[in-house]
Amino acid sequence: MRAVNAEQPALESPQSLTALFFAFNRLALQGFGGVLAVAQRELVEHRRWLTREEFLELVSAAQVLPGPNVINLSLMLGDRYFGLRGAFAALAGMLAVPLVIVLLMTTLYAQFAELPAVSGALRGMGAVAAGLVVATALKLMMALRKNPLGPAACAVFVLATLLAVAWWRVPLAGVIVGLGALAVALAWWRLKP
Amino acid sequence: MTALNGLDLLALFGHFLVLSLLSVGGAITTAPDMHRYLVTQQHWLTDTQFTTSIAIAQAAPGPNVLFVAVMGWNIAGALGALVTMTGILLPSTVLSLTAGRWGQQHRETISVRAFTGGMAPLTIGLLLATGWVLAEPFLRAPEHRLGAVALIGVSVVVMLRTRLSPMWLVGLGALVGAAGGV
Repeated sequence: MRAVNAEQPALESPQSLTALFFAFNRLALQGFGGVLAVAQRELVEHRRWLTREEFLELVSAAQVLPGPNVINLSLMLGDRYFGLRGAFAALAGMLAVPLVIVLLMTTLYAQFAELPAVSGALRGMGAVAAGLVVATALKLMMALRKNPLGPAACAVFVLATLLAVAWWRVPLAGVIVGLGALAVALAWWRLKP
Repeated sequence: MTALNGLDLLALFGHFLVLSLLSVGGAITTAPDMHRYLVTQQHWLTDTQFTTSIAIAQAAPGPNVLFVAVMGWNIAGALGALVTMTGILLPSTVLSLTAGRWGQQHRETISVRAFTGGMAPLTIGLLLATGWVLAEPFLRAPEHRLGAVALIGVSVVVMLRTRLSPMWLVGLGALVGAAGGV
């Protein structure tokens, strides 16, 4: 069965603040080495709160704004459903339990850092984390089909961003101001009546 | 753990408030400046403490920003973690809530649609770049290359073809790695 079926009708939404809290808590606890891959799976495919296009829009906004991306995303989504209380329920879900875990790990780390199995496990998890991010990017590419820029320009901007950040190590702010302004201007020009 | 007085904590808080506003693309993008301030200038953390703070947060479940809490914890215990986390989150939270509401109200206007449409391919490029940055250290080390490429490949295929939770893949990675496969 292909998991990535294009449009599914009827989106769902969280029924209560508690549901919102636990949704984000569950999502955060599955997120090793980054939460975005899990967020895509949970919010789009599993709970169907967002379409792939809406998710990409939210991630784009979260990315451009200062602050941790997935935190911005949880705040904006929670706010959309239940206002400020929703924003903080989502934020608390995202941070409370992982915070306790990471501080526990910090106190334990000193004792086990030297074991080769521990450093090996960390490497294995790191490699998987890389694969998860790449898979998420590939899935979200489908959402570009409806993009006002058109497929050719989209491909150019994806590649240019990848090269600028991964290869030439251009600071992110520069990439967003430079390439971003160009892409937004082009999209605006294509959209204008 | 150094004993910090109230004034030090206030300075720490102030510094992270500023970093919050500069952290476009995630808190990790301000790590070089955190290093300059916490390690080089104030000597509140050693080099090793700084690096392992990031590594531990990467290995733990949850958002990567938790590395900021680990640093605060290493500097001044629970109070330190509270100070650094509140500092790094407060300004960006206010900003993203304001921007999120504004964008939601104006989402049909040409400027907002041009913005989200224009930024979308950059977002995907950035995700691919993040994948590359995470994978690169393994690919550069011949002794880790084969195992890492296999794990990355399996992860991508499983994510694209099944509904399995990514958590199982991370577990698989940990097992393979612990057994010396990477």
